[in-house]
Amino acid sequence: MTGLRLWGYVAAAGVLVALIVLPQSLKPYGIALLSRWAVMAIAAVGLNLTLGYAGQISLAQAAFLGIGAYTTAILTTNGYPFWSALLLAGGLGFGVGWLLGYPALRVQHHYLAFVTLAFMTMAYLVFRNEAWLTGGVFGINRIPRPSFFGWSTAKPLTYYYVCLGALMIVLAGAWWMIRSPWGRAFVALRENPRRAMSLGVDIRSYTLLAFAFGAALGCIAGVFFAPLVEFVDPSSFTLADSLGLLLMVVVGGSGYFFGPLLGAMVAVLLPEWLRMTQGLYLICYAVLVMVLMVFCPSGIFGLFDKAVRSFNRSAPLAIGKEARR
Amino acid sequence: MAGLLQLLVSGLATGATYALVAIGFTLLWQTSQTINFAQGEFVMVPAFIVLAAMRFLDFSLWPALALGLFCSLLLLGFLFKRLLVDPLLKHGVLPLVIATIGLSILAKEVVKNYYSGEAQRFPALISGDTIPLGGAVLSVQDLINLTVAVAAVALLQLFLARTETGRRMQATAQNRTVAAILGIDVERMILYTFLLNAALVCLAAYLITPVYLATYSIGEGLGLVAFTAAIVGGFNQVRGAIVGGFIVGIAENFTAVYVSTQYRTAVPLLLLVAIILFRPQGLLGRAEERTT
Amino acid sequence: MSAVLEVSELRKSFGGITAVDGVSLSVDEGEIVGVIGPNGSGKSTLFDCILGQLLPSAGTVQVDGREVTGMRPCDLNRLGVSRTFQMLQVFPQLSVRENLILAGQEHRGSMLARLLGAGDAGLGPSAQNMIEFFRLQHLADEFAGELSYGQQKLLDVAMAFMSGPRLVLLDEPAGGVNLTMLATLRERLRDINREQRATFVVIEHNMDFVMSLCTRIIVLAQGRVICEGAPEAVRADPQVIEAYLGH
Repeated sequence: MTGLRLWGYVAAAGVLVALIVLPQSLKPYGIALLSRWAVMAIAAVGLNLTLGYAGQISLAQAAFLGIGAYTTAILTTNGYPFWSALLLAGGLGFGVGWLLGYPALRVQHHYLAFVTLAFMTMAYLVFRNEAWLTGGVFGINRIPRPSFFGWSTAKPLTYYYVCLGALMIVLAGAWWMIRSPWGRAFVALRENPRRAMSLGVDIRSYTLLAFAFGAALGCIAGVFFAPLVEFVDPSSFTLADSLGLLLMVVVGGSGYFFGPLLGAMVAVLLPEWLRMTQGLYLICYAVLVMVLMVFCPSGIFGLFDKAVRSFNRSAPLAIGKEARR
Repeated sequence: MAGLLQLLVSGLATGATYALVAIGFTLLWQTSQTINFAQGEFVMVPAFIVLAAMRFLDFSLWPALALGLFCSLLLLGFLFKRLLVDPLLKHGVLPLVIATIGLSILAKEVVKNYYSGEAQRFPALISGDTIPLGGAVLSVQDLINLTVAVAAVALLQLFLARTETGRRMQATAQNRTVAAILGIDVERMILYTFLLNAALVCLAAYLITPVYLATYSIGEGLGLVAFTAAIVGGFNQVRGAIVGGFIVGIAENFTAVYVSTQYRTAVPLLLLVAIILFRPQGLLGRAEERTT
Repeated sequence: MSAVLEVSELRKSFGGITAVDGVSLSVDEGEIVGVIGPNGSGKSTLFDCILGQLLPSAGTVQVDGREVTGMRPCDLNRLGVSRTFQMLQVFPQLSVRENLILAGQEHRGSMLARLLGAGDAGLGPSAQNMIEFFRLQHLADEFAGELSYGQQKLLDVAMAFMSGPRLVLLDEPAGGVNLTMLATLRERLRDINREQRATFVVIEHNMDFVMSLCTRIIVLAQGRVICEGAPEAVRADPQVIEAYLGH
């Protein structure tokens, strides 16, 4: 273990402690923001699996967020327990994501972007039009926050810890998967599918799995999203939201384990930091994205890597590049 | 029957303007592997430059149009290539896609914040009303759009096929390396392509906005249309983009009438997904590589 | 002795061009067969057809007496058939060690076991052996993309052996490799051939390399086998000289 890597772990532990302690002294609005970050980070971690590691572009992550959120809204407002929503949404996401992976077996790059974009549009239309199920444009409100074994999570701070806990569990699972032979196969699929195939890597299964797990995490994020905002309507699950999630992954650093966490933080907090500019934060964000792409397309983590390596040529690539060294 | 003719003409008119946007989109893809997610916003920008020139600088229509064209050549052609595409090309397709997504957000937000979030009337190039024809009522604007767009496409085809520069541009689009070996100034040809795209979207803006009104969000649909048309025709074919543009335009006008409005936008998308899956090279394109 | 690889009447056309035109060949266990021929004689296409990367237009391929024509490359690989490519094909963003583990992991356990089991799929020791065998110790934890061309080429070949294959098809293993490394490569290939009874088919342009390595040579020209035999016999065959120098 190199010193640098050790510092990486120390930093991660420090951030975790801050995430646990800091919100105690925050106003409800700040807590709501952090909760939102945790939820979006789950979806972004999923997309990072599909895009960053397996190299399959998807413009449909917000659709899965929506599927998860609507599943939760419908089930919990009808008296079913939160757990059932979590299981059903996770399974649904896995299944639908698996199916969405099939086009990726035939087409790549821009075509795949288009197919997933079409799926996104379809999902949005279903959310909006099937009023008997989704409440149409009015959406579904009064979504209850879950209680576990009689322990209510209705308070913002409590629910924040639920979201944070979910994020940590997801991160642990993703870390395991990335470090397992699967993670290696995903990277191989991204870098050279033809060669991977000749080494016995079943490209078909791994492509479908990358989509299925990415989508399942999108849905799980949706499950925690619905009780957080206590109200779902179609406007939260548009193509723009999918692009937003894509930006989170890329801005943080796609293919870096902690990239999506940072990307989601930027996307959620930037509007607040730039509040004095009023409506202009999107302009700043857009410019930031373009500048970042021009100077460092591997995102903020890539920038960090570059900085470290310019100090020390022999330093290994920083924290969690592929999380695999 | 009369209704059908009416639909067909307006479909063709819409399709012709779509073709302009789609041609530019495929040209950029061919010469520089740029999937321009801001192509729709590229149509919106010149319209608002014209409106701004008329409102703030008291330009009359035609000088404002000229200024709009000049600015789009500069902004959407030259600067877009120099500042965004050139530095990003070496990093592959994805960063450039992301950057153009950023650019589209930027364009929309600037217009929304500094001009207006409301739909704006855009003056028609030639004022006219409707012409009755055998029971059908044809809009003059439709006919003008159709004529101008078809003329532009024809001129463009002539330019690409018959002139020295046009052929060099095609050679560059088809195989950059060989073109460079043959002594073609590849960089210059790519710049021409970007300028050509800027001119095409500008023309499209002047034709589309009088019909659909100018809003900051008009590009969202248009970008999708360009993408769609390019896929229908095949990414590696200019002719494909033209056919694709017309098919999408007509399909859109017909589904608007014959398919439930709720799922209207889905119809062309689903058709396209089918095309992508069963004929990924497009209707006219040639297969580029074997899929495994 | 039985045939490990049996190709009969294999044909592949692209549009009007016939790249492989009725090739039949048979390779016995433990042989090192060289496939040579001028550029465009159909060598790489023949490999691609044998390995399922391309679907042959006609003809059959059998491995160990089992028909495998058109089988997916990954399934064929699990039957013990491995290959390298003409162009360098390593995974630049994985370390040397990771590249090797990847090359063996799909032969271990079930899909689920690969997710839940050890990160190196139990291949750590054999990857280490392979690293030492190909003398890549000092580079083991570098990204493959940061190695020199020759080193990557060695890694590329090493990867083909991680799954303990019965039959390995090598497409120009010596291309662009310097003389010292070439000697290492030849030595290693012979060792593996002797110790593991692995069978090789080698496409190569470097005549010295192929003549000194192979036990039998097959010459292709314009998609057909024009000559076959021991290295010395092939070297002297007027038809072969004609094919290389003629037209």
